[in-house]
Amino acid sequence: MHCKVAEFTAHAGYQQVKTLMNMTPPLRDERATMNTSTTQRGALSIRNVTKIYDPEGVNVMAVDNCSMEIAAGEVCMIVGPSGCGKTTLLNAIAGFHSITHGEIFLDDALLCGPSKPKAEQAAERMVVFQHGALFPWKTLAENVAYGPTVQKTLRKKQALEKARDMLSESGLGNVVDKYPGEVSSGMARRAEIVRALINDPKVLLLDEPYRAMDALTKSIMHESLLETYDRTKVTIFFITHDLEEAIFLGDKVHVVTTRPCQLKKTVSVDIPRPRSYETQSSEQFRLLMDEVNEAVHEEAIKAFQAGEREMA
Amino acid sequence: MADVAQSSHAHAVPRKRTRFEKFRQNESLRRGVTAIVVFLLLWELGSRFDEIFGKAWTLPGIGLIPPPTDVAVAWLGVLPKPGYWWSWVASFRRVMTGFIAAMVLGIPFGLMLAVNKYFRDIFFPPFEILRPIPPLAWVPASLIFWPTNEMSIAFVTFLGAFFTIVINVLGGARTIDVRYLRAAQSMGASQWDLFSKIILPGTLPSIFTGAAVGMGITWEVVLAAEMISGGGTQGGGGLGFFIWNSYMGGSLEQIVVGMISIGIAGYLCSSAIRWLGHYFMPWRRLF
Repeated sequence: MHCKVAEFTAHAGYQQVKTLMNMTPPLRDERATMNTSTTQRGALSIRNVTKIYDPEGVNVMAVDNCSMEIAAGEVCMIVGPSGCGKTTLLNAIAGFHSITHGEIFLDDALLCGPSKPKAEQAAERMVVFQHGALFPWKTLAENVAYGPTVQKTLRKKQALEKARDMLSESGLGNVVDKYPGEVSSGMARRAEIVRALINDPKVLLLDEPYRAMDALTKSIMHESLLETYDRTKVTIFFITHDLEEAIFLGDKVHVVTTRPCQLKKTVSVDIPRPRSYETQSSEQFRLLMDEVNEAVHEEAIKAFQAGEREMA
Repeated sequence: MADVAQSSHAHAVPRKRTRFEKFRQNESLRRGVTAIVVFLLLWELGSRFDEIFGKAWTLPGIGLIPPPTDVAVAWLGVLPKPGYWWSWVASFRRVMTGFIAAMVLGIPFGLMLAVNKYFRDIFFPPFEILRPIPPLAWVPASLIFWPTNEMSIAFVTFLGAFFTIVINVLGGARTIDVRYLRAAQSMGASQWDLFSKIILPGTLPSIFTGAAVGMGITWEVVLAAEMISGGGTQGGGGLGFFIWNSYMGGSLEQIVVGMISIGIAGYLCSSAIRWLGHYFMPWRRLF
């Protein structure tokens, strides 16, 4: 296990890729330039993290000695079979769970480690949940204004105003006063990302946010997310098991093993930004798909067999 | 509905709809009224069956109940009497006292049980032992403990609503999706923000369910308590005593008048709760 990590970091191409990543991605407009010209932030460093669940004395190892480096402003996609412990990793970064061993750093500041098993929850690391977590009892604008209001960085009225502006910017201007139950799931998910971004987070943690969506809505979500990313250059930690999604959105695709979760392979996606939907039919995209697919497929089979063993 | 009306009359001069037109267009109201009318007709027919077809045709059960027309006559007879209206006032006052006390104590108690583990460990077991005791089983004891009849009736009424409200609030607050709490916490919500902006609105639907069920129980309990305690000696007797009195006096029509009065009173109360729920939970209006 240890040697796998070592192998990965010692890999000759790794440093090269890393420098490349810091130079890219190409900027789209002036606003983006302004944002990135401020100090780069949101670099995540996950070092030898292990998480063992211990319900009633039955040790379940969810994450085993997992390490990865995520550069500031990178879109990092985590791909692995379901139930492999990806979400556990995300929860550890967000501060919902403690970790058993290892440490996680954000911009050289320790989030959690041996001295502090559970990270504090903070607005610098915003989570967008699998099934969406907009508060049903608040309108979209009120939902978005919630963060600045409770943090007391803005008065309620100003927060609502800013929320309306940001929602309009994301094309949700005509539904700002609707309740989440009144809008489509796509709109709700977009509003949820706006609700995260209004807090100016360093990292956006997305846990299969587009899982239950049809292909058409999904493609619109992807373009909307890429547009947002080009504007804000926020670091994105994105969990998925949709390979096309992973390659289309990501700068890097980290394939992880079935439970316990370990880094299996990292694929760098050097398709230039901005990416459009046609990207998906390019030869480069297909080659990357093959590469990721091979790694994932092996794990999927292992996960399936492990499931069968558990059933038997 | 409004949209349809607007688009179909797009070119016509807007005209105020008459009451009759409104009634005709409101399908649910029309069905409701029709259902009540048909029900009354069947009842009338059922209880007058023997008058139409002869004594041998007295229907079991319904044949012994006075027909709605006789009830209406009896009702008109009691309407001008202040005693009848005092019964309303007395029962309403008892229900409201018990119900409001149950809400005021039950909602915070239920929320405390939900959010604080120590509180739950200490108070939930005794609560669960007291809860299955039917409110009416408390009547004799409370008649002994409380100085006045009035207080014991209010107390029993309170018990009827209290347990239901607490159990609903507790259940509602405990089943709030953990994602909402996590989302709020990661956005920097303080403990008070979590409570006032997440747990409280998240529990509101259950609070209103508890209130609606609790309101029904208070009416059940208050009537029975009035009958048992013979609440007539001090102040007004209430609708329960009204029925009991009619029974003692052998007026079958008046018993039914009392029963329907309670039905109407209960309906008014639950309408009020529904309206409040509508008002306080705008996001639920879509359903």
